[in-house]
Amino acid sequence: MSVPYAKLPAWAEYGLIPLVNLAVAFLISGLVVLIVGESPLEAAYHMINGAFGRGEYIGFTLYYTTTFIFTGLAVAVAFHAGLFNIGGEGQAYVGGIGVALACLALDRTLPWYLVFPIAILGAAFFGALWAMIPGWLQAKRGSHIVITTIMFNFIAASLMNYLLNKVFKPLGSMSLETRTFEAGGQLPKLDWLMSIFGLSVGSAPFNISFLLALVAAFAVWVLIWRTKLGYEMRTMGHSPAAARYAGIKEAKIIVITMMISGGLAGMMALNPIMGEQFRMQLDFVQGAGFVGIAVALMGRSHPAGIIPAALLFGMLYQGGAEISFEMPSISRDMIVIIQGLVILFAGALEHMFRPAITRLVIGLSPKTRDVAATKGA
Amino acid sequence: MDFFQVFIELAQSTVRVSTPLILAALAGLFTERAGVFDIGLEGKMLGAAFAAGCVAYITQSVYMGLLAAILVSVLLSLVHGYASITQRGSQIVSGVAINFVVAGSTVILGEAWFRQGGRTPALSESGRFSAIHLPFADAVRDVPILGQIYSGLLSGHSPLTYLAFLMVPASWWILYRTRFGLRLRAVGENPGAVDTAGISVIWLRYRAVICCGILCGIAGAYLSLSAGAGFTKGMTAGKGYIALAALIFAKWRPKNILFACLLFGFLDAFAIRYQGFAFPLIGKVPVQLMQALPYILTVILLAGFIGKAIPPKAGGVPYVKER
Amino acid sequence: MSELAIELKGIDKSFGLVHANRNINLKVRKGTIHGIIGENGAGKSTLMSILYGFYQADHGDIVINGQTVNIRDPNAAIAAGIGMVHQHFMLVENFTVLENIMLGAEESQILNAGITKARAELKRLEKEYALEVDPDAVIEELPVGIQQRVEILKALYRKADILILDEPTGVLTPAEADHLFRILGQLKDQGKTVLLITHKLREIMAITDEVSVMRRGEMVATRTTSETSVEELAELMVGRRVLLRVEKGEARPADVKLSVKNLTVRDSRGVTMVDDVSFDLRAGEIVGIAGVAGNGQSELLEAISGIRRAKSGTVLLNGRPVDVTGHADPAELRKCGLAHVPEDRHHVGLVLKFEESENAILGYHDDPKYRKGLTLDVDAIRAEAEEKIAAYDIRPPNPRLKTANFSGGNQQKIVLAREMERNPDVLIIGQPTRGVDVGAIEFIHRRIIEMRDQGKAVLLVSVELDEIRALSDRILVMFAGRVVGERAPDATEGELGLLMAGVEGPKEAAE
Repeated sequence: MSVPYAKLPAWAEYGLIPLVNLAVAFLISGLVVLIVGESPLEAAYHMINGAFGRGEYIGFTLYYTTTFIFTGLAVAVAFHAGLFNIGGEGQAYVGGIGVALACLALDRTLPWYLVFPIAILGAAFFGALWAMIPGWLQAKRGSHIVITTIMFNFIAASLMNYLLNKVFKPLGSMSLETRTFEAGGQLPKLDWLMSIFGLSVGSAPFNISFLLALVAAFAVWVLIWRTKLGYEMRTMGHSPAAARYAGIKEAKIIVITMMISGGLAGMMALNPIMGEQFRMQLDFVQGAGFVGIAVALMGRSHPAGIIPAALLFGMLYQGGAEISFEMPSISRDMIVIIQGLVILFAGALEHMFRPAITRLVIGLSPKTRDVAATKGA
Repeated sequence: MDFFQVFIELAQSTVRVSTPLILAALAGLFTERAGVFDIGLEGKMLGAAFAAGCVAYITQSVYMGLLAAILVSVLLSLVHGYASITQRGSQIVSGVAINFVVAGSTVILGEAWFRQGGRTPALSESGRFSAIHLPFADAVRDVPILGQIYSGLLSGHSPLTYLAFLMVPASWWILYRTRFGLRLRAVGENPGAVDTAGISVIWLRYRAVICCGILCGIAGAYLSLSAGAGFTKGMTAGKGYIALAALIFAKWRPKNILFACLLFGFLDAFAIRYQGFAFPLIGKVPVQLMQALPYILTVILLAGFIGKAIPPKAGGVPYVKER
Repeated sequence: MSELAIELKGIDKSFGLVHANRNINLKVRKGTIHGIIGENGAGKSTLMSILYGFYQADHGDIVINGQTVNIRDPNAAIAAGIGMVHQHFMLVENFTVLENIMLGAEESQILNAGITKARAELKRLEKEYALEVDPDAVIEELPVGIQQRVEILKALYRKADILILDEPTGVLTPAEADHLFRILGQLKDQGKTVLLITHKLREIMAITDEVSVMRRGEMVATRTTSETSVEELAELMVGRRVLLRVEKGEARPADVKLSVKNLTVRDSRGVTMVDDVSFDLRAGEIVGIAGVAGNGQSELLEAISGIRRAKSGTVLLNGRPVDVTGHADPAELRKCGLAHVPEDRHHVGLVLKFEESENAILGYHDDPKYRKGLTLDVDAIRAEAEEKIAAYDIRPPNPRLKTANFSGGNQQKIVLAREMERNPDVLIIGQPTRGVDVGAIEFIHRRIIEMRDQGKAVLLVSVELDEIRALSDRILVMFAGRVVGERAPDATEGELGLLMAGVEGPKEAAE
């Protein structure tokens, strides 16, 4: 059997390699800052300060983190079954329908804690629905899921544009958004959580959906590694032939996996719609679905990796806003570059530094070398 | 305005809208037939459009602009090639990454250099491709039908448009009538056969990726040097993805690409011109549906409801010598 | 002694930590057919790939026709006059024969100029070597034997003097193999040198002039074929005398457990792979299915186990009908007492990236005993895996180790333990000892006999005729998708060989 790379110890495999990849992505981003004529160190300072400098900043960082946990989990769940769901963006967008419907219907009559569960179900339902179609097409018609989910992002954009225009927009309004929800459609902020650490959340929209995101992360871990469904998903992801042999129904798993993935992406809509804007606006997803790809790749599709990766991107988004305030020549589009570079180095080029790191690690520790030798033999 | 005049105008704008689609879809054809999938057409086009806008403004030369566009697009292709051919990374992930890096950096750099909100400064005439007026186009303008077609539809396009339409038979010829094309198609089906025949799989795929870069570069240059007068933020607006859809819709064949791009271009041109047009029998069709139609059609085709699109066999799989 | 076509001096090659070739020396005389024989994994293919420039040796020299050459890539090999017919054909399936032959030797940038010339040259070669093939036929529509012919023509078109054939008969029927050997004989008569890689002793004896034996990456001996014997070569190959005699008592067949009637299976291209096959399998007997690889055995197993849909026919498992033409469900069949050890354990029988314990429940993961509430009971799963590891002496005894890190023999034991310990009524086994070390082979054979003696019905498919003869109580021979005969295990190799070649096929099947 070919042994392309000797086996690395876990700390190098799950710690060192992602860190090196990340460092290179940031290094190149720093170069872009230099090209623009600014100091990368100053930018880094503003970023960290802007993300963590005050309770309010931390609140914003965690608000973004919440969003990215959902979309990152969505991509990761699909990865485990060998599916690349690139359609988180569209699924989150369509998921907004569920949230908006729940809020518009009930915000005047019910308190938030009753509207919230309904909105969760609504978001998950619409997100799952939007992911189910590409899943079904892959399972039954053999259409490539990557292509169909890309197409469905665009179709979602057109659909939502139409719905906001014709259905959700209050009469006489010019802007493409729903009316503002009343108290029942507004999630409480997590100021009590912040105050435990002596921080004030200020105007940051850090809200209870953060806790939902953490619950979802744990639920995904249980699903993937501790349930029969997760076992079947992983079997299929690693070896479709083995899955068929084991009597696992491929089509069913594809559709269910995509629905779970889409449902998670859809739940992202809760955070901006019920937690920040208290209305559904045009383009409220703002690329979060794509950030989910970077988060899942960074986090190695494991919830324990996805949460810190989402935090990292939350920091980038909040800190990036601060940079653009302090250094006007660096707009928030800088984040898009960093995001792209992270996807490039943690995803497509993830093995680039592996040979060098392997040599280094194995050269450093004789014990590892012996282990590698016996395993390879 | 008589009906025929309407038709000519619609056809004229269809041709204009289709031009970048054709170039980008042909670009995708070269790399995907060689077994390297590319969802980064959008990013390459955008990067090229930006480079063209910058350089054409600075040098006041449209040709320098075109050259810069091709250069940047080829460089991006090489990044994709390095990730997916040399490093054997995921071709999809690499394409996504390139789209993001370009989307962000065109804005950041454009703003840093020109301070016009992510635009490049408007180009003067010398910085743009001017339309080519075919001989006697004005003279025959009033001749019914044939004259109208000649002067209204065939004449008066950017040189890049004529180039795009010429590239369709040219691509066919390269793919099916040259040694390079034979090898390129072979490497997309069975790289092992190419390797054992003594041809470098890696170099061949890199060349295919470079071809893709060149064509995407021209497509991008068309956007900022012909269709527009300079670069504006996010000006590709999903055209790279429509081109990708057209490529699939065309089942990876040059001739079909022409028709797929014209169809998608027509839908776009129609949607822009006739918002709220009431069709007989159906009535008003929402403009959003018209915009989504290329994607919907591609999904339907991919699902095998109208024919079957079979991608190149070795597509998306990095080549590893087997033991 | 005539001149040498090939001389290898001290070739050494490692892949990571695997030492594939150790200090190989080899001399091949011009105008001979030279066999290289060795078990699967002995390093033959690696050596030939080095000779063809697919890999570079870490050390050592290659001398072709008296000149030391540096074969960096296949191009250099072609230039040195070496042609290779790969085990898996290197053909572009949707190209024509002519396009495939031209690929890489097109002569000019524009195809048209070369096409006429290529066509003429192909005609000449066809005539010279009696290798007829339609230049405009598309490869995927040609039978395997003809595809191989295209591969040979490809090499000749490139003016190869030395032809390497890597396991060329693996996919051929005996008749096609005979035809190939005639072609090779002709090539030799024309002065070409042929290097034949195989693990089949019979082929070596039939056609080669000289034979070199490889074992575990080393070249252990070279003999003149006429002066050696099958026994000597077998011993050299394996390293000790193999006695494929398994101790077993009389079979006591009882009730029919599995009944297959008129089963027909087509593959995705619509080609009939299993053609109207019928047989009964009784409790307490082992029925072996012999045949050259690719004659429908794989598809038969897949159809019975519910992995592949059959075109027509019926299967009764324990007297109950199985919906083989519709939605037969492998999971459901397991519950009804069918266990299946698949031919390909790497991709089918195991998930190599799983922990051992996860693979120990593959296919049975639905069992309530592995569940605790809504989740899987990981502790119970690992505990049971440890029991099986002990019972089957799986090493290393660690249920949490990734399956890819076990050796071939131990991986196979993981599959066997899983399928046998379930106390099935019917056990179907494909290639039980492929890529398995000698020690594990004995263990596996013993377990299979034990299963029979416990009253299980065992269906065994193997391309190793010796294995079939040693284990089976009855032997069915498959050829071109049909069962062409049934024999007792004491039938001679020659008799079975004729059946496998399809010589007596139609008559028997008509009965």
